[in-house]
Amino acid sequence: MSAPVRLQINGHGVEVPPGTSVAAAIARLGLPFRRSVQGHWRAPLCGIGVCFECRVRIDGLAQQRACMLPVREGMQVWTDA
Amino acid sequence: MRDGYDVLVVGAGPAGLAAAAAAAGHGARVGLIDAQAGAGGQVWRREVARTGPALARRGIAAALGHPGVAWLPQTQVVGAEAGALLVEDPQGGRWLGYRALVLAAGARELLLPFPGWTLPGVTGAGGLQALAKQGWPLRGCRVVIAGSGPLLLAAAVTARRHGAELLGVYEQAGGEHLRRFARGLWRWPGKAAQAAWMRARLAGVPYRCGSVVRRASGEARVQAVEVDGPHGLQRIACDLLAVGYGLLPNVELARLLGCALRQSGAHPCVDTDSRQRTSVEGIYAAGELCGIGGRDSARLEGAIAGHAAAGDDAGAARLQRPRRHARRFAERLDRHFALDPRVRALAEADTVICRCEDVPLSALDGHADARSARLATRCGMGACQGRICGGALAELGRFPRDGSRPPLFPARLSTLAADPVSFRDP
Ligand SMILES: Cc1cc2nc3c(=O)[nH]c(=O)nc-3n(C[C@H](O)[C@H](O)[C@H](O)COP(=O)(O)OP(=O)(O)OC[C@H]3O[C@@H](n4cnc5c(N)ncnc54)[C@H](O)[C@@H]3O)c2cc1C
Ligand code: FES
Repeated sequence: MSAPVRLQINGHGVEVPPGTSVAAAIARLGLPFRRSVQGHWRAPLCGIGVCFECRVRIDGLAQQRACMLPVREGMQVWTDA
Repeated sequence: MRDGYDVLVVGAGPAGLAAAAAAAGHGARVGLIDAQAGAGGQVWRREVARTGPALARRGIAAALGHPGVAWLPQTQVVGAEAGALLVEDPQGGRWLGYRALVLAAGARELLLPFPGWTLPGVTGAGGLQALAKQGWPLRGCRVVIAGSGPLLLAAAVTARRHGAELLGVYEQAGGEHLRRFARGLWRWPGKAAQAAWMRARLAGVPYRCGSVVRRASGEARVQAVEVDGPHGLQRIACDLLAVGYGLLPNVELARLLGCALRQSGAHPCVDTDSRQRTSVEGIYAAGELCGIGGRDSARLEGAIAGHAAAGDDAGAARLQRPRRHARRFAERLDRHFALDPRVRALAEADTVICRCEDVPLSALDGHADARSARLATRCGMGACQGRICGGALAELGRFPRDGSRPPLFPARLSTLAADPVSFRDP
């Protein structure tokens, strides 16, 4: 098995296998994803980049779909938490 | 300078891969783009730390391994003009020119609103499968799978392999429909074998027909669901609910390009002739986009489109018979898994319909079309651009989905400013 990828989610370090999606990495930490316009918690629904419920901030870019992006070494991810 | 291709293919699922390989086989310079990082589309989505099935590996290698195919992953189409597509990748936006275009954008799940469907822990059925394949933690998780169609079984197999504790698969179609469906399966031996394989992998998991999830409940996330079945209401405590009511074609780009659509039930699909030509000269469509048909018809139609786009009519003609056979399977699916009117009546007045803008069902009362509802309530104006609520409202019989507007997906400003004349002619 290839070496794990290390990234930071809301400041917590996490190691996951390469090929893992950012969404899955967030779920492994048990963190929430985003708040809806009325403030309710939301998490991935479609898993394929269509619903936009998995949006988080990645390396300074807001509104990135976490289900579409594989983790990268050193990635900085922020959820709405 | 930007790139131009003889044949540009949108979507690297079974249809797009087959189209790219077929066109490149005739010497065409092919560009193959997909918004995802990996090729394979929905059915051949790669799993973390696992090699895919042989058919998938062959299908992917035949396209990506061909020297005539340029593979452009993480590239999403956001706009279009005659002869060129505006795409965005992690580096930025640019235009790609083409002589012929093959649309193979596939399908998404039909996700229907019910009380509690916005709770974290409620996903699509294929949605859970896609998430799990990319490492979503399921070990020890109590999972309920519900909705309709063979995708429920595929999702259940994946979830179990990832360590989920499957509490049950709840299919809305009645038992007599499913028995009739199963009796006709012998005409598609590959499908019959696949069904048997899945059932063997799901040994011990309850599979209940005529059953609909009416409600999900929980504090910060789903903790229980209420299932309405032939023997009454049942409450099931669970950690995850995966529920999908079948598939609907991703027609947005085709519509923006002006391709004629036709209705298949409540949802539009792209209209083509037997050579996969759309109503627009030089634009072809293949796979789920032309009506939900599954992997086999997607592969065949992709190859037909690839041959036709590269000018080989004989190649396209040879595949007509197997294509018709594969499509007949889809017609049976449609008939036997037809939705029970119950599932269109699950949403209550305060159930959120538009998840992006938190618009409840009651806010849509009195609006006759999507445009008027959008202006008054912002329904469908959010990031998903009505992809979820538009499909749901069409299925619920409220109003049909209306036109596509660029950008097709939220795009960076710099992408939208990319110079349209900067692509090189092939
Ligand atoms: C979530 C989900 C799970 C599924 N799982 C299974 C399964 O396990 N088994 C099974 O037999 N069938 C499954 N299916 C059914 C599936 O539709 C077909 O089996 C098959 O994948 C269809 O092939 P296709 O090539 O037509 O489309 P797809 O495989 O859907 O491929 C379409 C591709 O186009 C890309 N795309 C779409 N729009 C754009 C755009 N604007 N820009 C760039 N790229 C774009 C998508 O990212 C996708 O990769 C699933 C469907 C869904 C929605
Ligand atoms: S889960 Fe739907 S877009 Fe990511």
